[in-house]
Amino acid sequence: MRVPLSWLREFTPLTTDAADRAEVRALGRALDSLGLVVEGVEHVGGGLDGVVLARVEEIRAIEGADRIRQVVVDAGSGRQEIVCGASNFAVGDVVPLATVGAVLPGGMVIARRTMRGVVSDGMLCSGRELGLGDDGSGLLVLASTGAADAPLHSALVPGAPLAGYLGVVPDAVFDLAVEPNRPDCLSVIGVARDLAARLGLPFSVDVPPAGTSGPPASSVASLSVQVPAACPHLVARVVTGVTVVPSPPEVARRLVLAGMRPVNSVVDASNYVMLELGQPTHPYDLDRLRGGGISVRFARPGERLVTLDGIERVLGRHRDALGRPVEVEDLVICDAQDVPVGLAGVMGGESSEITEGTNRVLLEAAQFAPLVVARAAKRHALRSEASARFERGVDPAGLARAADRFCDLLARACAAAGVPSPVVAPGDLDEHPRPVERRTVELRVGRASSLLGIELDAPRVAALLEPIGFAVEPTGAEGTLAVTVPTFRPDVAREVDVVEEVARHHGYENIPVTRRRSPYVGGIGPAGAFRRRVRRLLAGLGAHEAWTSSIVDPSALRRAGSAAPVVSLANPMVSEESALRAHLLPGLLGSLRLNVAHRNGPVRLFEIGHVFLADGDALPVEREHLGLLLASDGDDAPAAVRAWRCVADGIGVAPDACSFVQHLGSLAGERGDDPHEQAALLVGLHPTRRARIVSGGSTFGAVGEVDPEVLEAFGLDPGRRVGWLVCDLGALEQVPRRDARARPVSRYPSSDVDLAFVVPDEVPADALARVLERAAGELCESSRLVDVYRGPGVDAGTRSVAVRLRFRAADRTLTDAEVASLRSVCIDVASRELGAVLRA
Amino acid sequence: MSAMSEPASSVAEEMAEFRRDAPVRVAELASLAELEDAVPSLTGKRSPLAGWKRALAGLAPDERRAVGLVLNEVANEVDALVALRRADLAATERRERVALDRLDLTEVLDGPLPGHLHLVTQVREELEDVFVGMGYEVADGPEAETEWYNFTALNMPRDHAARSNQDSFYLATGDHESHLLRTQTSPVQIRLLERGVLPLYAVAPGRVYRRDTSDARHLPVFHQIEGIAVDRGVTFGDLAGTIETFVAAIFGSGISSRLRPAYFPFTEPSAEFEITCTICRGEGCRTCGQTGWIELGGCGMVHPAVLESTGVDSETWTGFAFGFGIDRLAMMRHEVEDIRSLIENDVRFLTQF
Repeated sequence: MRVPLSWLREFTPLTTDAADRAEVRALGRALDSLGLVVEGVEHVGGGLDGVVLARVEEIRAIEGADRIRQVVVDAGSGRQEIVCGASNFAVGDVVPLATVGAVLPGGMVIARRTMRGVVSDGMLCSGRELGLGDDGSGLLVLASTGAADAPLHSALVPGAPLAGYLGVVPDAVFDLAVEPNRPDCLSVIGVARDLAARLGLPFSVDVPPAGTSGPPASSVASLSVQVPAACPHLVARVVTGVTVVPSPPEVARRLVLAGMRPVNSVVDASNYVMLELGQPTHPYDLDRLRGGGISVRFARPGERLVTLDGIERVLGRHRDALGRPVEVEDLVICDAQDVPVGLAGVMGGESSEITEGTNRVLLEAAQFAPLVVARAAKRHALRSEASARFERGVDPAGLARAADRFCDLLARACAAAGVPSPVVAPGDLDEHPRPVERRTVELRVGRASSLLGIELDAPRVAALLEPIGFAVEPTGAEGTLAVTVPTFRPDVAREVDVVEEVARHHGYENIPVTRRRSPYVGGIGPAGAFRRRVRRLLAGLGAHEAWTSSIVDPSALRRAGSAAPVVSLANPMVSEESALRAHLLPGLLGSLRLNVAHRNGPVRLFEIGHVFLADGDALPVEREHLGLLLASDGDDAPAAVRAWRCVADGIGVAPDACSFVQHLGSLAGERGDDPHEQAALLVGLHPTRRARIVSGGSTFGAVGEVDPEVLEAFGLDPGRRVGWLVCDLGALEQVPRRDARARPVSRYPSSDVDLAFVVPDEVPADALARVLERAAGELCESSRLVDVYRGPGVDAGTRSVAVRLRFRAADRTLTDAEVASLRSVCIDVASRELGAVLRA
Repeated sequence: MSAMSEPASSVAEEMAEFRRDAPVRVAELASLAELEDAVPSLTGKRSPLAGWKRALAGLAPDERRAVGLVLNEVANEVDALVALRRADLAATERRERVALDRLDLTEVLDGPLPGHLHLVTQVREELEDVFVGMGYEVADGPEAETEWYNFTALNMPRDHAARSNQDSFYLATGDHESHLLRTQTSPVQIRLLERGVLPLYAVAPGRVYRRDTSDARHLPVFHQIEGIAVDRGVTFGDLAGTIETFVAAIFGSGISSRLRPAYFPFTEPSAEFEITCTICRGEGCRTCGQTGWIELGGCGMVHPAVLESTGVDSETWTGFAFGFGIDRLAMMRHEVEDIRSLIENDVRFLTQF
């Protein structure tokens, strides 16, 4: 909302000097502190010294130049020759001339110049060059008369200062961000009211009722509302004898400063009223309105309307996010023959638009249901100044006042232009004049005090609320006030809303800051601590933490080898970002590719984040995963296994709590596992270089190498090995931990026994180690895989696996005989349980 | 008997000669190895000293004493010479070894370095720690939510205008617009209140989603932290004090905070909180639009409707809530110009922090 300071002054006597930047800033701070956030301040109207009115007498081409022309103007002191690059004007027009020596608002100094051998005695200016608006496409044409000798309006005197003609004084325009709960501040009066209250200044809005004459309005036009719920109140005025003229300069200028384009006296009056009072109105050319009246109803599916912007809109029907046609409620204004002439609250129709020749005007001022307008505006992608106000709720008590102000402005425009005054027909056209409900809210002064942390009493509350339109009365109950809410504040519905108004006008900055201590010892919680620990372990492995988007391209999930149903977004922005990730792998592969493309060297990346697994029509199953991508030199599946061991050791996983299950076959099967989640963990892994990580019979992670096909699908070199470790973090946190009690270390010497067995490929190496450990019993301190050999001397389909067992007793040195006996027990058990054959 | 009868004078001569030659012989030993090889023939069993010692037995007592005396002197002399030479040679050899060990430590090749935690994680953990220090617990919640948790319970019933303002990503599951990616961390407030354990002091950092087109300042996926305190007699002044406390803890002294009125459906009174511009320290610059302040987040007193929706008695309990962007804070503190660099995971960026 752009609000000129001069406009605010019409309603409250602000003393701020618009030319004094410090004073303007101070006023801006007051607005900020009221929650009307100043996003920018524009200073206008200065720097017009030396800019005068000039009438175009002759336009001549300059030889050899096609972009500039020589213009002969009358600027009060005879003919002057100016070179000009604009082309939007004609002989007879009155335009601004910056004379030699003038300094424009942008700092440009006007000097006599010669262009293409032609002397220019000044510069003809656009509105933008003069700081009078945004239009820099051509000269600011102040009047067009058609010929150099046509009569001029008396105010247009060549050579007269432009500032004097426009009534331009220095002004400051505040660009305010108005919160959605403050529809009252989408108007100059709303902002003025808040500001006056804060500054302790008087505030009033005086709109004279329109003087009427002629036949009653009801005999000229009809009004009907078929859907009172969507249009609770409709008021119209009939104005006849209208001459459409340009608006007076001060009206046009205010519209420009507020960010609107002046059109003509009728349209401008309607826009002016909207900006000033917050009530949108719509003027119809009554003679182009068939049947001479309007009615309000919902559009029938498929009805069409060409709106003022020239676009044909199909009404009452829409496509939802999935492209299915649905019937919708588009509220329309129809003429008396039931043909739509406007999309209610959003935009009028072309057919009844005001034109130069309009003579009779029907002005509509309505209150529409906010949601109906909001939905239509969104559906038709048509957010207008009007819809923005209807969506938030207009003042239901302000309709007649807006209509009166329109008539007043129209009469002023005619007077300024010297044309006959228009005539307002007597009698109200007022449909469903439901008495406006005034809400009363009980406010406990003590409650307000304790919520805000300040000491309030009834007089203080009244002093804060009354200037902004609330009525404050005592109730029978001690300390409780009856607060009547003004009609323009639909947001105030319960006690706490009134408390906010009290706080706002007391000033947030005046509420004393207090310190409140939590009674608790804070904490990040076990899950938080666990996450931090895992992060640091992974970083310790040289992996950088990545953050990839949770919204992914469904085809990326497929490329990573996932066949599971994806969780789709109902309203994605682009198809490349239309599914929720079920895996961390695609995102990390994408990041890897970016780093490879930038030749950032071999990298290790990890991410901890949520993944989403489809669960029919229910909310997706959400899991927190950790993914570690190992793409440093020499990284491969064993590197991923070693990384897993580091993580497991670092978080203190109990020695027997987890095991690897080499996963070569299909995914179905493990007891207690959800095959869907299990599949999610295995996605993208190399078919013969992968294993599931299992604890207590259920799979919660996987380790191995990325499938070369997947690498290729992500634009990576399939010839390079990339290790991958993925874990369900929540499940990992639940894995049994090492016994926390200390065990004394033995002081006696140890004996190592190396045993090499030939075992079939199907027997996992760690299964052999486990069997040996178990067979060796308590005296076995540790077992370690020391060698794996395939080749000559070992049959195909088998390999030699060497394990070093370290024996030690806590209380004595083991004898050779004891160690020898343990050794043979181990050999027997391995042979019996796994068919392992001791290598000679 | 011939040896025994050898005249003592010739033994004395031999010993004198041995004694005279010994320093030269020892000095000629060029290495510890040579020295140790030569020791047996100088002072050991194979040395003349040993022979003379054996011959002493055949001498007359007087002679034996005289010769023995000299023999001892010679033996001690040679032992001392050897020990001295051994020490010299050992020192020389150590010097040579050390010289050969010379290493230019600027020639060391790169080895693996530890990885870096993501900037957003670092800032998030720092924020968590500040709030833990203030007695808050850190909580999480799901990212895919029902419209009840994300909107209705937060005083945004269906058709509330604020719902469409926060452009949400809805899921294709469930009824129309019933499941969505949370647009804020505020649903965690509801989940915490539903536990029914009061007083409540908690923060909830996490990922949130808005239908924004990616640009230098926006991503459709980003991170927020939410705080909530519900207790008996919590005031707006407490909210202002809490914000002031954590702003000072995170940004250090010299950065203060202020509140100005704003609108959020789930708080009333509501406020935006601004902090002293970290670039110009309040002087006014381009970043803060010459105001000296930059907006950090939103806050306010928990709306009674929010407490009521979770069954908390809003007469007995009052509270405040606040929220702000973690990524934005990280960008502000580290002068990151483009938010997209947070999500690209270029290690040249990741390793800066």
